[in-house]
This record gives sequence, C-alpha cells and structure tokens, in this order.
Amino acid sequence: MAFLQQFALLLALLIIFSTSCKTAMLEVDSAEVGLNYSLKSSATENISTSTNDSTGGHGSSTITTLPIVIWKWHHVETPYLVALWILTCWLCKLVAELNHNITSVIPESGLLIMMGFILGGIVWGADKAQTFKLIPVNFFYYLLPQIVLDASYCMPNKLFFSNLGAILVHAVIGTCWNAGTVGIALWGCYEGGAMGNLNIGLLQFLLFGALMSAVDPVAVIAVFEEVHVNEVLYILVFGESLLNDGVTVVLYNVFDAFVSLGGPKINAAEIIKGIISFFVVSFGGSFLGVVFAVLISMLTRVTKNVQVIEAGFIIVLGYLSYLTAEMLSLSAILSITFCGVCCQKYITANMDEKSVTTLRYVLKVMANGSETMIFVFLGLSAIDQNIWVWNTGFILLTILFIVIFRFMGVFFLNWLLNQSRLIPIDLTDQFVMGYGGLRGAVAYGLAASLDEKKIPEKNLMLGTTLIVVYFTVILQGITMKPLVQWLKVKKATQSDLTLNGKMNNRVFEHVLTAMEDICGRMGDNWWTRHWNYFEDKYVCWLLMTSDARKHKDPIFGVFHKLNLEDAKKYVNEGESKGSLAFIRNYDNASVDFKKQLALEYADIMPDIMNDMSEYDFGIDNVPVTSVMKNPLPSVSLNVHELDRKSMLNDLSAHHLLDQHLYKSRRDNRPTYSRSHYNTSENPDEMQEIFQRTMRSRLESFKSAKMGVNPAKKLSKHPKKDSTHKPNGKPADPHRTHPYGDEDFEFSADSASSSEIAGHFPRRNTNAPGAGVDNPTANNMAVAPSQTAQGRLPWTPTNLRHLAPLRMSTRSTDSFAMADASVDDEAPEEKSGSHHTRL
Amino acid sequence: MGSTNSTLLKIPNVEVLMQETGFSPAHIIRLHDRFKALDKEGRGHLCPHDFGAIKELAMNPIGDRIIGAFFSPGKETVDFHTFVKILAHFRPVDKDRPKEPNSPEPINSRSNKLKFAFQLYDQDKDGKISRDELLQVLRAMLGMQVTDEQLESIADRTIQEADLDRDDTISFEEFRKACKHKRFTMFRFCIRPGERKLMLTLCHWSSELQDQHEL
Repeated sequence: MAFLQQFALLLALLIIFSTSCKTAMLEVDSAEVGLNYSLKSSATENISTSTNDSTGGHGSSTITTLPIVIWKWHHVETPYLVALWILTCWLCKLVAELNHNITSVIPESGLLIMMGFILGGIVWGADKAQTFKLIPVNFFYYLLPQIVLDASYCMPNKLFFSNLGAILVHAVIGTCWNAGTVGIALWGCYEGGAMGNLNIGLLQFLLFGALMSAVDPVAVIAVFEEVHVNEVLYILVFGESLLNDGVTVVLYNVFDAFVSLGGPKINAAEIIKGIISFFVVSFGGSFLGVVFAVLISMLTRVTKNVQVIEAGFIIVLGYLSYLTAEMLSLSAILSITFCGVCCQKYITANMDEKSVTTLRYVLKVMANGSETMIFVFLGLSAIDQNIWVWNTGFILLTILFIVIFRFMGVFFLNWLLNQSRLIPIDLTDQFVMGYGGLRGAVAYGLAASLDEKKIPEKNLMLGTTLIVVYFTVILQGITMKPLVQWLKVKKATQSDLTLNGKMNNRVFEHVLTAMEDICGRMGDNWWTRHWNYFEDKYVCWLLMTSDARKHKDPIFGVFHKLNLEDAKKYVNEGESKGSLAFIRNYDNASVDFKKQLALEYADIMPDIMNDMSEYDFGIDNVPVTSVMKNPLPSVSLNVHELDRKSMLNDLSAHHLLDQHLYKSRRDNRPTYSRSHYNTSENPDEMQEIFQRTMRSRLESFKSAKMGVNPAKKLSKHPKKDSTHKPNGKPADPHRTHPYGDEDFEFSADSASSSEIAGHFPRRNTNAPGAGVDNPTANNMAVAPSQTAQGRLPWTPTNLRHLAPLRMSTRSTDSFAMADASVDDEAPEEKSGSHHTRL
Repeated sequence: MGSTNSTLLKIPNVEVLMQETGFSPAHIIRLHDRFKALDKEGRGHLCPHDFGAIKELAMNPIGDRIIGAFFSPGKETVDFHTFVKILAHFRPVDKDRPKEPNSPEPINSRSNKLKFAFQLYDQDKDGKISRDELLQVLRAMLGMQVTDEQLESIADRTIQEADLDRDDTISFEEFRKACKHKRFTMFRFCIRPGERKLMLTLCHWSSELQDQHEL
C-alpha cells in the first residue's frame, strides 16, 4: 500500500512536471523560464505556431462572433509557470520525504538535488537544451531573503549573542582566510602548470576563492538538525554559515571591483580602500539591520488593532531591510540577519500569541519552500551544456583546497579562541565544524552572476562551483551523520522545561555577578548584567508595550507555559480516556473536567485569574496529597483520586464551564470575518447578554406560570402523555413539566425564527419532533436524554460524552448558579433559543 | 618573582590554603589584594558592611543572601581564609585531578557547589527550603512584575516539581535531583593558566553539557 501511494505521488509529480515542461515547450526560444520574470515578458513575443489557433482568440484581431470561452494562455503564462514550478519543486520534496529510511541516510538537501537531476534529465530529453535555470537576480531577491530571515528569526538568541565573538571570528576572519588561501593556492597551481592553459589571473582566482568560501546555512543546518549536535557546535556552525554568507558577498564585491579595475591600477591605496569598504559594508549592513529591528519592534507596539496583518509587517519590513541595504550597497544578508535576530525578542513580546505563531509558520513555509526550489534548481542546472567546461586539474584542486583550507582555518581559529574560552571547543567539535563547510546556493548564485566580459572563464568557474556544491552537499552531507556518530560528538541534551531549572538559573546568575563584584572584576557577567539593566530600563521601554513588559519575566513565562501545557494535556487525557472514565466515575470526573477548563481559563485570562487564583494552585500531574492553603486538592490526572469538593467551588467551576461551552458553541457557528478568525473575542459580553435575557425570560415565565400558563399546561398535559407514552417515555410528573414548556417554547420560537433549525441541527431532528407531537420521530434512542438535548448544542462535539452527565442531579448545578430558580429546565431552554437569535 | 613570594609569605598558612582551595599563588595574591581593598579599615577581616559598600552588590536582588553566605552563623566577620574558601566554590570542577580515595572532597566539587546554592535559599538552615523561603527569593527576583497570587502559585508549583517526598519543602537531596537533569547552570570560578586575572564566568549551555559528563 505504501508503495502504491508513493508511486501515485511520483506519477502525479511527473504529470505536473510534464505540464510545466509542455507549456514551456510551447515557446521554444525562451531561454529562461520558471522563475525568470524579466525574460519571460520578452519571451512571450515568441509565440510558437502550436498556440496560434488558441491565442488568436484574444488577439486584437476583429472577431466575427462572440466567443464563449477564450484560451488565454499568454495572459497567465508567467505566473502560471512560476506556480507550476513551485508546485513541482514542492512535490519533489514530498517525494523525497516519503521514505524515512532514505532521508535518514541521505540528507534532504542532497535528495532534492538528485531530484533536480532527474527533472533536468527529463527536460533534457524533451528539449535537448536547458530551458530552465535559476538566475542570480531571482535567487538573491526572491528566494534568499526569506531563508535568511527565517534562520535569523528562529535563531536561539541568547546562545547566539553569548557566542557572538567566536561566530564573528569564524565568519569574518575564517571567510577571508578561505577566500585568500584558496585563490592564491589555485593561482600557484595554475602557474605551476597544473591546469593547462587558462585565461585566469590572480585577481580572478581570488574572486573565485571568495565566492567559494560561502558556507551554506541551509545545507549545513539541514544536516546538523538531523544529527542533533550539541548547542555550542550548532550555534557556531549555524551562526558562522549565516554571517559568512554576508561576508562572502561583501568580499566578492570587493574582489569583483578589483577585477573590473584591472591589475595594473591596483595600488596600496586601492587595497586599503577595499579593506575599508569591506568593513563599512559589513558593519553598515549589520547596523542597518539593527535599525530596522528597532523600527519593527516599535511598529508592533501599535499594531494591536490590525492583528490580522501584524505578522505581515515583520516580513515586509524584513524584506525592506534587505532591499534597503542592497540599495545602499551595504551587505543585505547581514542586514536581514541582524534585523531578525534583534527584533525577535521584542516582537514576540509585543505581538499577540497567534500572530507570533502565524509569523513563525509563514516564515517556515516561505523559507522551506524557497530552499526546496533552490536545491531542485541546483540539480536542474546540471543539464546546462554551456557550463561544462571540463578541466580536471582545476576542479580537483578546487575541491582539495576548499576542504584543506577550511580545516586549517577552523583549527587555527579555534585554537586561538580556546586561549580565552572558558570551555574550549574540543577537537571532535572542531573537526565537525570543518567538515560542516558545505557549499550551497550562495556560491552558485555568486558564480552565476559573474560577468563573462571580465572573467573569460566564467563557465569553468560556474561548472566547478556546481561540482563543489554537489560534492559537499551530497557526499559530505551523507557522511556527516556517520562521522558525528563515529566521533561521538556531544549531542544536544533534551531537557524539560521546569520552574526549578529556570529559577535556579536566575539565582546563579545573580550569584555569579555578585561574586564578580566581590572579586572586583568586570567579567562576562558584568556585561550581561549591565546590558540587562540597560535593556530593562531603556530598550524595553522603547520597544515593548507596557503589557508585554509586565509579563516578560522568564520565570513567569515558564510558569504560564507549563500551566497551559498541563491544561492541554489534561483535557486530551480526559478525551482519550473517552466516555469510559467519565461514565464510570462521572460525578467526580465531570466536576474535575470542568475545573480543569476553569483552570485553563484562568491561565488565559488574567482577570479571571485574579479572582480564581486559588485554582491555578495545584495544576500538576503529580497528585498533591497535602492540602496547602486551599481546601481543594489539586487537579489530578487520575480521576479516581479526587475527593469530594466543596460546593462553592463546584458552582464556580460549573459557571466557568458554561461560559466556555457557550464560547465554543459560538465558534462552531459558520461565520466569516475578513479580519478576525474568532468571532467571539469577548465571551463576557455574550455571557452578560445571555444572563440578562435569561433572567427576563424567567421572570416572564414565572408570571406566566402563576397567571395564564397553568391553565394552558393542564390542557396540554393529557395530550402530551398520550403522545409520548408510545415512544417509551416515562410520563412522570417531573418530566411533563419541561415537556409542556418546551412545547410552549417551540410553538412560539420555531415559528418565529427559522434559523434555529440551521443552528441547531440536533434539535431540529429531535426536539421539534417532540414539540409538534410527531410520534413518528425516532425519539426512542434519544428520549432519555431529552432534558440534555436542549442544552447539547452548547457542548463542543468532542465533549459529547459529557452529555449523559447532565442527567445526574449534580448537573443542575450549572444553572443553579446562573439562576436560583427551581424551574431549571425551562429557562435554560428558552434562553438558549433566545441566545441563538441574538 | 620575588615580589610574589614576599606577598605570599605575608599570608599565614598559605600552603594549606592553596592545597585546600586549589588556587594558584597568583590567584591567592590577586584575591589578597582584593581582600585588602575591601577591608578599608585594615582590620584583617571583613564585616557585612564592607560588602555592602560594593555598589553593584547593593543592586543585586539577592545580594543580602550572597553576603550572608560568607558569614558562618553567629559570626560577624570573615577572615581571608574563609573568604578564599567561599570563593573556591566557584572554581571549575577539576577533571584531571587524580581521585585519591582518602582525600576530602574538594570545595569546588559539584555537590559542594550545590550546597552553596542551597544555603542561599535555606536561610533558617534547617536543611529544607520551605515555601516561605522560596517565596522570599522569588519575590526578590521577580519584583513588581507579578502579583502576590501569581508569585505564590509559582512557588507552589516549583515546590511540587522538586518535592519528591511530599512534605512541601525541598530538601537538599531533592534540590540536587532537581538540578541534576534540568536545564541547569553550573557556576564555575575559572582561572586560565598563566592568567593573573580571576575569571568568573557563567557557562551557560556549554557547562551543562560538561556537567553531563561529570555526573
């Protein structure tokens, strides 16, 4: 079966792919399809004959008769192809991820490149030419930014900043080292005659070295996440590869300028200018990113009213920071990196929790999507004939040098860093760091954007870059995991989130700063502390809303998170145990369940939390035997362990549960809102309306009962009994009263408002049947729960097993709270139907 | 190195001290200088108000407790030996030190570090962290940001997490267990070879990884 499924998927992929190929083949001459917008528009001019008959429909030519439908391929051609290609690439990922046995051996990025090979082969077979390729403009403007933004936004902030020094050393010095040594070594070998006759000078070699030094974050992270290496190693490699991209681009631009300048014109002044430009571009870009981070953070302070697009602001502003840096010829990658890293904390605090989740997911979707496309297109690029200028010496030496010099650089810099590092980076970690120097799309993008006029051997360089990318991503990617296991690299430790841990951490931080003070040295903690102080006092004031400031304390955050988790777990547990647990023990269980909901509520809503503070006391999986300050034993996952509870608490729990149920019922109502996805933002208001209506209804009912109604009821009574007895309903006096009332209610209600039927499907089948005394209705099954039926629509469907509980005497508690009346069924029924009409 | 030796000679029992604490002569001298600087009146011992004079320490929310940790119960002063011994808690755990079966546990062992941390909570020295003690620490650290009710809930939950025997207090054993497998920052007092500075650094993530190996 699994195979069949995979096969079907593969088939679907092929079909879609062939569609995109076919559509592309319609215009033979277009060299660059797929993502190439700019060329696309010009390519549309070349309409092949096969589409002539169809495209004639929308041409400017006079039409003889009114066409019913028109084939308008060229109207949609570009976006259509782009969409098809995106779909194809994503399906590739789907296919690649189908078998976990394969993905555990070959990293996903490698698999995607291989899929790209296959697709490229098909294109080749069909076209005998490369019809699709990734052009640098699209790569740098439309595919790369979201990857970098996602990576920087999801960067573990604290870890990143505490290792920033090491990361910068590796990213800046390491990259320069790689670029310089690879370039010079290749040049030396060339001069030595190892690669035959090529038209490359030293500067071109250096330029090539610069573009080859880009360690790809995507490929590296994909591999490292798979193997779960320890945090320090992870952040070093991740941070390095991310910043390294920016540095590489800067370095590339500097060398590119040198190449344009030409050898003879370069003197000491130009070189110094180059070095200055390197630093200005890098730090300027980073600074710009920080400025944008501040802007974003300040903006999210005031976006409360447009929550729907809140997440969009971050993406747009992040992208703008990229483009602005590009415009100012600063480092765009560094800009967006620092933008993401710096704003992360503040926007998470400022934005609504939903927006944060949205942002995270949207970024992930975009980043993963473009990542997939990049790798597939990298594979696809292999079919380009032009780039395959084979030079064995050049290619092999390049691979050799990038590996050797990477290792040398990493070992040397780590040795340097270890002199001052408290916990040295050990040798295996260093080795993995060196081995993790995978080259990826950035190198390819830079190589592709080389100018053929300035660099005659562009195609050789491009081809070599592609081979290096394939070599590192596929070969090193595959061997990375076994290597990490073989070297016994320290893996990341899974640790639970606990209050103790958080609190102890905090205490120790204070202790350490105090010890530094006592010893009279400004150590790391001094800086940390002073930064924290500064941040608390000024930065947070500037960038955070006052609400967020209040709740930003990590200890409180952990507490909140743990509570939410427990509540969720508890509800899930209750559901998965199913009705069994509840039926067996329903008195306690129901109350317990409700209380848990109340607890969840108390956590979500601070204002309730205040007056319900005794509730969030004992939320824990561990049953607490001791009774502390409140008489309630804590909520326990084990429903059997519950003791009797005090009536008052029960009532408030019921009350809260009712609130909750009303809320979810409202959510079930099919509504659409352009700007909000939950319509009942304020259940309190609804509750208020509900209670008020209920009370007024109750009053009217009472008066009716006292005055007019009894007569009516008496007259109805016999009729009711006679009709319901065949249905097997017990006609006890307690029952008949609600029935009569329900009938009364319905004759009034259902006649006046037909939409009840729409909102109450359940009632539509059963209750009206009873109401109009229709004996044919299948009341048999539902008859015993008739009293519950009236209220069932409020329960979310997954709580249905609670329904029978309503039959128990305790169930009356829920509205004993709301109204003190004895006539519990009737007002509930009434107000319910009234409620829906609100 | 003449000056080094002369300074060292001024300190009584310096060899014993070095052996107990594991500090190098350079560290001892550096600490001695600092000790003298703190001891403004030159009495040869420090009083609580000497610590209080450190401006940054006054800002520390749990500064009082930390100062208190230097003074054994009933004592109003701390001499240089005790001072160094307290600071020795913060030296990194020696991994290379050969394990001699009959030698006393070094001050910078993991459990001694934990004991030091534990007594910061346990102010009444009954070997247990009670709810009130925890509440005090939390209140000091969280300050105005949370309400009293929330603070109490947090304290209760924290106790529940660690409390294994359900006596509503955290004993040292429980404290040690809570710190064992949790995200836990071990503190070290780390001195690089050849470096005269005392370096006290918080090793955030890396340290816990190391601790995994030390256990």
